Amino acid sequence: MRKIIGLILLIIIAVGLGLALVRIPFGTSKSRLGEYYIREGRKETGATNIVTSVVANYRGFDTLGEVTILFTAALGVGAVLSIGRKRKNNIKHQPASLILRTGCRFLFPLILLVGAYIFIHGHLTPGGGFQGGAVVASAFLLIYLGCREIRISEKGTKAVESLAGLVFVAVGLVGLAVSGYFLFNFLPKGISGRLFSAGVIPVIYIAIGFKVGSELAGIIDALVEETE
Amino acid sequence: MIWLATVLICLMLVAAITAAIFKDLLSAVIASCLVSLIAAILFYLLQAPDVAMAEAAIGAALVTAIFVIAIIRTRRYEE
Amino acid sequence: MSFLHNYIYYFGAFGLIFIGLYIILVKRNLIKIIIGLSILETGVNLFLVSIGYISSGTAPIFSRPEVEAARMVDPVPQALVLTAIVIGVAVLALALSLTIRVYRHFGTLNLRKIKEQRW
Repeated sequence: MRKIIGLILLIIIAVGLGLALVRIPFGTSKSRLGEYYIREGRKETGATNIVTSVVANYRGFDTLGEVTILFTAALGVGAVLSIGRKRKNNIKHQPASLILRTGCRFLFPLILLVGAYIFIHGHLTPGGGFQGGAVVASAFLLIYLGCREIRISEKGTKAVESLAGLVFVAVGLVGLAVSGYFLFNFLPKGISGRLFSAGVIPVIYIAIGFKVGSELAGIIDALVEETE
Repeated sequence: MIWLATVLICLMLVAAITAAIFKDLLSAVIASCLVSLIAAILFYLLQAPDVAMAEAAIGAALVTAIFVIAIIRTRRYEE
Repeated sequence: MSFLHNYIYYFGAFGLIFIGLYIILVKRNLIKIIIGLSILETGVNLFLVSIGYISSGTAPIFSRPEVEAARMVDPVPQALVLTAIVIGVAVLALALSLTIRVYRHFGTLNLRKIKEQRW
């Protein structure tokens, strides 16, 4: 009975969506807001990556909201999964083979370096804080899969995550103090194309890179640990 | 280039139907990882390199890892 | 054939949304429903990015100084989708941690048996 109702509902939604999708034109005209951002973006912010200047400068408040959602989710995962008795100390894991352990230890700093490069150069090339943070979290996942007896210290990830979030809010408050707008771009814009340019955008993206990386690593750590 | 996009979209829909049908949850998760990877290639073909990088790093690597850890903690086969 | 040219991306996104909704409405295992949620979100993100596409356009990055600005694709949907992908992974992590708790409490992941047990 539930299946039949579900299928009827699905057919109604599919017909409605299909009729609506045919009328949307594909590949023709940009919105006026998009044209304004492309025309004035490089002069006003100094970043050559227009998507970065939209995310971190023009719509920076939405990014602050998204960072808050990610923080709440990490908090929720940590709270839900640690109810119960304390874990038994150190269940004996069978260690992986020598090639796997050496390979993982060799690759770990290289992947961290690639992730740091991606979020430092977020305003010049494609990339940015979220992508770089995800690559850094993948490096920690590699350590969990390869060398199974090393554990990330939970206090370290929580400390880095909280400090990076505070840096983001502090940058916004300094902008408010300087000129009356929250998250105002108060550092000098510089020559576009250099590393130290685009005002406050690299600072925001470095803070977001650290925060997202340590947050996702903390989520994986909370899921892997045993609480029985 | 439009033929490459057509082939990739057909492959993506086949992988999504596979994820719906399989009873072994580990195979369904690998099929949904394939959907994310092909979506990352399609984002690149739509001239959006930031979004392609984010989808490949987050959708294909971290989401699959979280699913596999959750399947280890619960059951592997759907009843 | 020109119909295919114009609407193939919309057709792909629509197919993913349809399959994701089918899994959520019909299937009974909790982890399968969460897989359907992930496929639904991927379909919606693909639809949003393909709205902002301009035919034979380039990426909105001034990599060389002489890239002309008139042929770039729309950057606003890309910024929206970047946020949406990260929020999607946050929702999935929280949903899976709740599923692990439900399994520890009820012993099963089948929705029909959980409704019958009723705490």
